[in-house]
Amino acid sequence: MTAKKVALPNLVTPNTPVIFNPEKCVGCNHCVEVCQIDVFIPNPEKGKPPIILHPDECWYCGCCVNDCPHPGAVKFNWPLQQRGYWRDKETGEVFRLK
Amino acid sequence: MTTWHDFLLREGKVPDWPYPVNYEAGQEIEGDVLVIGGGIAGCWAAISAARCGARVILVEKGDTIRSGAGGPGCDHYCDIPTNPLSKVDPDEWAQEMTGPYSNGIGTQIQCREGYDTLLEYEQMGAKIRDDKDEYLGVEGRDEKTKLMASPRQNKDHCRNTVLRVWGYTFKPALKKECKRLGVRIFDRVMVTGLLNEHGIPGNRVVGAVGFNNRTGEFLVFKAKATILCTAGNHSLYVLNTELSGYNSFRSRTMTGDGFAMAWRAGAELTLMETTGPLVLGLGFRHTWYGGAGDASYENVQLVDANGKKLPIPTQGWRDGSMPDAFIPLLPTIREGVLKGEYALPFYGDFPAMPPEEQRATWYMMLREESTSRIIVDTYSAAGFDPAKHQLMSYQLLEGDSPKQWRVPGRGGVLVDWDLRTSLEGLYAAGEQMFAARDHSFCAATGRYAGRKAAAYAKETTEPVISAEQVSREKERIYAPVKRSSGLEWKELHAGIGRAMQYFCSEYLTDSLLRLGLQSLEEIEEEYVPKLYALDPHKLMRSLEDLSLLTHAQIIIHASLARKASSKLLNFYRIDYPEVDPQEWNKYLVIKNENGKVVTRMLPQYFWGDMKEKYEAHNRDYQGVYQGK
Repeated sequence: MTAKKVALPNLVTPNTPVIFNPEKCVGCNHCVEVCQIDVFIPNPEKGKPPIILHPDECWYCGCCVNDCPHPGAVKFNWPLQQRGYWRDKETGEVFRLK
Repeated sequence: MTTWHDFLLREGKVPDWPYPVNYEAGQEIEGDVLVIGGGIAGCWAAISAARCGARVILVEKGDTIRSGAGGPGCDHYCDIPTNPLSKVDPDEWAQEMTGPYSNGIGTQIQCREGYDTLLEYEQMGAKIRDDKDEYLGVEGRDEKTKLMASPRQNKDHCRNTVLRVWGYTFKPALKKECKRLGVRIFDRVMVTGLLNEHGIPGNRVVGAVGFNNRTGEFLVFKAKATILCTAGNHSLYVLNTELSGYNSFRSRTMTGDGFAMAWRAGAELTLMETTGPLVLGLGFRHTWYGGAGDASYENVQLVDANGKKLPIPTQGWRDGSMPDAFIPLLPTIREGVLKGEYALPFYGDFPAMPPEEQRATWYMMLREESTSRIIVDTYSAAGFDPAKHQLMSYQLLEGDSPKQWRVPGRGGVLVDWDLRTSLEGLYAAGEQMFAARDHSFCAATGRYAGRKAAAYAKETTEPVISAEQVSREKERIYAPVKRSSGLEWKELHAGIGRAMQYFCSEYLTDSLLRLGLQSLEEIEEEYVPKLYALDPHKLMRSLEDLSLLTHAQIIIHASLARKASSKLLNFYRIDYPEVDPQEWNKYLVIKNENGKVVTRMLPQYFWGDMKEKYEAHNRDYQGVYQGK
């Protein structure tokens, strides 16, 4: 809690349609290219995961994750209100996408 | 560090714009055929024109590799009755698919040539058959051809006009083929306006102008023939720009640019008065694509919370119904729920299906369609197993879509049997045309328009563009970047959407529509001059708003001109309550002539005898692409 306090406007939300794994992402920016609406921009630091700049324009097509050439580098992250449910037919237990 | 604010907090500054910005400076590119829009129709148009020997330019707002509604995939290749499994005559099927206010020209092309496009997809490296025998035993799979017939409209295998395909492989194959054929692709470029000879709307179209939405660079395209292949318009009535993910069958980039361009260039459009309720992740099955997980998709039996079967067709082999077959049944089901006959929520009963059908539906069909691959993958990774689990359906739980939240309907550019518009040099394909249909429709009509435009380009004279028209358009494009305060694109978008919700929605009267026009004119005169854009991306969104505004005005003009109600068009005028009177059972054609709105009517089936006309216009079809 020692971090410098800054004044920010309310953030555009939901704002994390994907989560990058910096251990596996090599910053190839393939996702930046396949995204038809430019949700991402390349990271100014080469080799690092892209920055999510326009999350409010995402149509959740998933191409960034589907086409990523580095397995595990990027994971899809559904907005909370888009997370669906299912149930076990035998036990009736209901699950929700985590 | 992934989000913008992560970066800001860590670095103490916002990231620099990552691309060199160079507003206004630019280049002129010249070719035989210019294709505007690099989705399914556009890529096919470019490939076809290139195979016919034309020098082709393809311009796309996103990146051609995955752009457009068909970019992420396609699970069904519909209405391709020349496929070897088909049991129907292609010309008869085209007739069958052509009802009132449809597009008989495009449908005939789809039925005759759709399967050829599928075979060409395969030649480009895309997957159209179960050649690895992954789906042995699945109903509809043909062992000889390894094609997979779909149960859609195919009760007990009576027709076989639809094939299940591996559409995730399609779009990258198209881009690769464009490159192989030497098509010059301009990705991330938004085309904003068409160019007419001598700069006069109504004259021959000789090219277009646009700008790069990353660098701001200005581009002038000069071409002998131009093919409009941009998409429809998903967000016109949507006030909240952050809702794009809710109806994710269409992306944010689809903003009616083509309608606006065609209108300003003087081309004729038709059916522009049609709009329908927007499905905001509510009720309709394509909610599924929004990630909400409506399982009531093809072949899956819906059951209630107690496991009782719902009287909804499964779209399977035994009922062969279409995806919207359940809509008329919903009021009865709702009544049953209120009486306690059915318990909410409903579930898609995957485990009740034979194992091979579970796999074909979950792992093949749904993974190949548009935005649902990522749904299947994230749900599967989270433990969903179609052998054990029932997927929740949100029918009724989500309620009905409010009638004021709408999408434009079947409107589009009027075309003839060459897919030429009313303007010389301008062609249209795919969703740009009136009463457009699906993926195979876009592929077949794109390919067709490509060869017709290439043939015209061979015969015609050199295009001459008007420097004055170019500079006028340049001024229009860059006005928002010259301001840094005023009105931002999101607010303008919402303002246009609200005007449409109030004045051109469920309640249609002459006086309401006129208020709508007045409101849009006020927006144009008072607020558009205040529009500002801080970077090339926001400039694109700003220019898209201007497309929305023009599109909205066209819809209102067309709505004013249709002085009758129509069940067939879902168009109800309170001041003209008679439904589908004979004298109005016609296509309303509308165009902009020197700033004046001009309309005319065309009868139903104005395209004539489909088989005869198609054949008369395509005598050379068998040889046209040979060796290319």
